[in-house]
Amino acid sequence: MVELLITLALIALHSVAILVALLIIIAYLIYADRKIWAAVQLRRGPNVVGAFGLLQSFADMVKFATKEVVIPDGANKGIFIIAPLVSSILALSTWAVIPVSAGWAVANLNVGILFIFAIASLEVYGVIMGGWASNSKYAFLGALRSAAQMVSYEVSIGFVIITVLLCAGSLNLSEIVMSQSTGFGTMMGMPGSFLDWYWLPLFPMFIIFFISALAETNRPPFDLPEAESELVAGFMVEYSSTPYLLFMLGEYVAITLMCAMTTILFLGGWLPPVDVAPLNWIPGVIWFLIKFCAVFFMFAMVKAFVPRYRYDQLMRLGWKVFLPISLFWVALTAGVLLYFGWAP
Amino acid sequence: MHNLVGDYLPVIIFVAIAAAIAVALMASALIIAVRKPDPEKNSTYECGFNAFDDSRMRFDIRFYLVAILFIIFDLEVAFLFPWAVAFKEVGMFGFVSMMIFLGVLTIGFIYEWRKGALEWD
Repeated sequence: MVELLITLALIALHSVAILVALLIIIAYLIYADRKIWAAVQLRRGPNVVGAFGLLQSFADMVKFATKEVVIPDGANKGIFIIAPLVSSILALSTWAVIPVSAGWAVANLNVGILFIFAIASLEVYGVIMGGWASNSKYAFLGALRSAAQMVSYEVSIGFVIITVLLCAGSLNLSEIVMSQSTGFGTMMGMPGSFLDWYWLPLFPMFIIFFISALAETNRPPFDLPEAESELVAGFMVEYSSTPYLLFMLGEYVAITLMCAMTTILFLGGWLPPVDVAPLNWIPGVIWFLIKFCAVFFMFAMVKAFVPRYRYDQLMRLGWKVFLPISLFWVALTAGVLLYFGWAP
Repeated sequence: MHNLVGDYLPVIIFVAIAAAIAVALMASALIIAVRKPDPEKNSTYECGFNAFDDSRMRFDIRFYLVAILFIIFDLEVAFLFPWAVAFKEVGMFGFVSMMIFLGVLTIGFIYEWRKGALEWD
């Protein structure tokens, strides 16, 4: 009995540690996002709260918490309140299975990637509930657009994951990372290097996954659900105060998840880029964070550089370009693996 | 059975703690912030006008169509998951059968494309 309680307490402690670390990282990712965006536009960005504006995100949080919660008269109040909770809780729970270093995942599920795929599919409910319950035209249109966009790109993300699974032969995220310690680099005489990771053999899939991740998380240039210039703020238009904060939190957690997934599936997770003495002394979690931040930097740069897509272009890209290419690549990968006998 | 519980218990605990954090954030504003509702503030936002009509309105059938297409392809992905993991075990037979399955779906996909189900203008 005591043993069980200690186990439970340890799991709880681990979960709290991961969640708190995640929230602090997100606070600084938002800051980095704003700073990068500002730098591209030759502005300074947040620079008042704390040194260089480092405490801006925390000041924002306090401000959110002291603002009035406005619930419109026409809204379905229960669903209106539940929607942001659904959005943020589902987004956070995906982090239970992410291994940031060897054996560091809270739950080392043998179907880890399936768990993420399932939970990430549910996130669209938060958006639809919020948009529908607001009883506002902008919110309703934003929710419809968002739902159609998220499900469209989920299909190509699914096929990309399948190609990685064919190469890795496991649904466990840790095993997917470990399977990247041998590969093309080993054949070319550089064992344990960055050439072993899946970005090289599956390069087109890597690109499709990155772009689909942008669309899936409603990031610019695919931020049509929020399109300020046409739908004001999309499904979030009636939200204020912490309910709005929870939607934003859910969105940024989804972004961190996509960065982590890119790192795990294509960039070798916690493996060092070259397996030589000074580099493989550095703990895996540092390598994971470096790769994670590099992917997020690309997310931020795309936001700063690329103009927003039109909705028909967005749907055309998802269904007529990414879906056929990724479907073809699944068949091609399977054929190559079978022909050369490389299947794991 | 014990193993299954051992695997998924951390997930449940993690989700519970995540839920606690989210609810605490939500509750903080409801407790701390002053609430002074008035009819103007609580009316539906429509660029300063009173709402013209109800927002539970008709919408484009294509959103519905996309949802149906999504179900087909997402189920396809769900079928591919076990196949991809057991790829070595199922061998040539598994490969050929899955390619036939994908081929049938591709024919359906081409039909949808030709019918214009994927057009947004």
